[in-house]
Amino acid sequence: MADKQVKRGVGGPRVKETGVLCQRCKKQQATIHLTEILQTEKRERHLCEDCAREEGVAIKAQANLHDILAGMLEAHQEAGKEAAITCPDCGITYAEFRNGGRLGCPHDYEVFGDLLREVLEKVHGASQHVGKLPQRAGADSHAQRELMQLRRQLQEAVESEHYEEAARLRDLIKDKETAGETR
Amino acid sequence: MKLDDLIAQPTSWLQPGGPQSDIILSTRVRLARNVAGRPFLTRLTAEQREELEAWLKAAVLKALGPQDVSWFELDGMPEIDRRCLVERHLISREQAAGEGHRGVAIDPSQRIAVMTNEEDHIRLQVYSPGLQLDETWRDADEIDDRIEQQVPYSFSPKLGYLTACPTNVGTGLRVSLMLHLPGLVLTKQIEKVFRAVSRMRLAVRGLYGEGTQATGDVYQISNQATLGRSEQDILKTLGAVIPQIIAYERQARDVLATESPMFVDDRIFRSWGILTHARTISSDETLTLLSAIRLGIHLSRLKGVAIAAVNELFLMTRPGHIQKIRGAELSEADRDVARADYIRRRLGAA
Repeated sequence: MADKQVKRGVGGPRVKETGVLCQRCKKQQATIHLTEILQTEKRERHLCEDCAREEGVAIKAQANLHDILAGMLEAHQEAGKEAAITCPDCGITYAEFRNGGRLGCPHDYEVFGDLLREVLEKVHGASQHVGKLPQRAGADSHAQRELMQLRRQLQEAVESEHYEEAARLRDLIKDKETAGETR
Repeated sequence: MKLDDLIAQPTSWLQPGGPQSDIILSTRVRLARNVAGRPFLTRLTAEQREELEAWLKAAVLKALGPQDVSWFELDGMPEIDRRCLVERHLISREQAAGEGHRGVAIDPSQRIAVMTNEEDHIRLQVYSPGLQLDETWRDADEIDDRIEQQVPYSFSPKLGYLTACPTNVGTGLRVSLMLHLPGLVLTKQIEKVFRAVSRMRLAVRGLYGEGTQATGDVYQISNQATLGRSEQDILKTLGAVIPQIIAYERQARDVLATESPMFVDDRIFRSWGILTHARTISSDETLTLLSAIRLGIHLSRLKGVAIAAVNELFLMTRPGHIQKIRGAELSEADRDVARADYIRRRLGAA
């Protein structure tokens, strides 16, 4: 999917030669490959750069965040060891994140820390937050992790029909959430 | 408020009269937030998602005032209705196409829309007509605080607000301006402007976001980086770049009007002719022609047409809205006929 679109990163346009003729002029080779989503209909178009420019579509190919991300994640693909790294909290593997482009839980930012740092540097040119802070302290990452683990345990308890344990965990989660809200 | 009433009303971001609204259609501020101690959407079980949705709905309604917003459940909502909400930019295409429990809170003026269980647990959006960076941010910031009083956010001191996609982490803030740039397109300077813009870590997209065409000479410009710069920095960058683009566009329009008046007039009146006489017309052609009409009004070459009517047509002729107006699902060919009809009546033509 990602390699069908033109990616324009820091190094200028990266264009894929596929041997397909431009659908508009039918003369030049198509080097711009567009996937348009018009509401629910998906349409693929292949144009040469001249025709794309005339249609005013060339610019949309630049700066697609998810393409940049996908391209960088692909570069990691060879490293098989990295692909197997798994988050103990949500169970997502690095390979799954790489393919879907979405993380599974907040803790993944720690679990995939080194791998993500490069992604963050490329996308944002930075790796330290300097903006707004939430008003409440209840959102500290330790408490968040603990809640996540408790929920996971609760789910397991329900699935294995340990209802007393489930009830205990449910109350504990409730207490911790309320404590977080009033802190 | 019922959805049908909402769709029958004009939407805030197309209201004329905003600052610089001859060029800047709207300012949007979007914040991405997730609830502390919960997996992101991709790892939520159906039950967890349902429970979270109920909690978020209650929290968002309480934060915004239940009397001040309407809640719409998207799971099970007819496709045409979801499409209309997308066309109004009140929900995202992803939110419309998604599955499972998810919703949106919308205020009657359609300035505020809070999506739940989209890519992130909460996506808060505030719109203003024209160029209003600081005002729009101030309101979004304030609503964000109110929601946070109900819901603890997932936050790390190092990485800021934690989001499902690393491209949003940090401030979770995306500020987007919708620009109408027919002058730069006609004078073939648009590429140059966008090359300059992308060097500032700003992204350029079409009318309906990522991967859509810049139909009707409407472009969206937004900040790309969300980490390592404060909300104020992001606003400042846009606040510096956008007035320059406005100046270029004004210059281009002046050049067209003084150096190629015949070319411009032909384009404007040819567009007027087609819009007021066509019997079948596609939505893309409509936007292209409306763009010329909008230019004609702002260049004072086309008199007696209200900009409000043009802005309204801009929205009401989209595929979802034209079906909503007709109250029936229509094939593409039937939509094109219904659209031509609607335009002729709205512009008072035969």
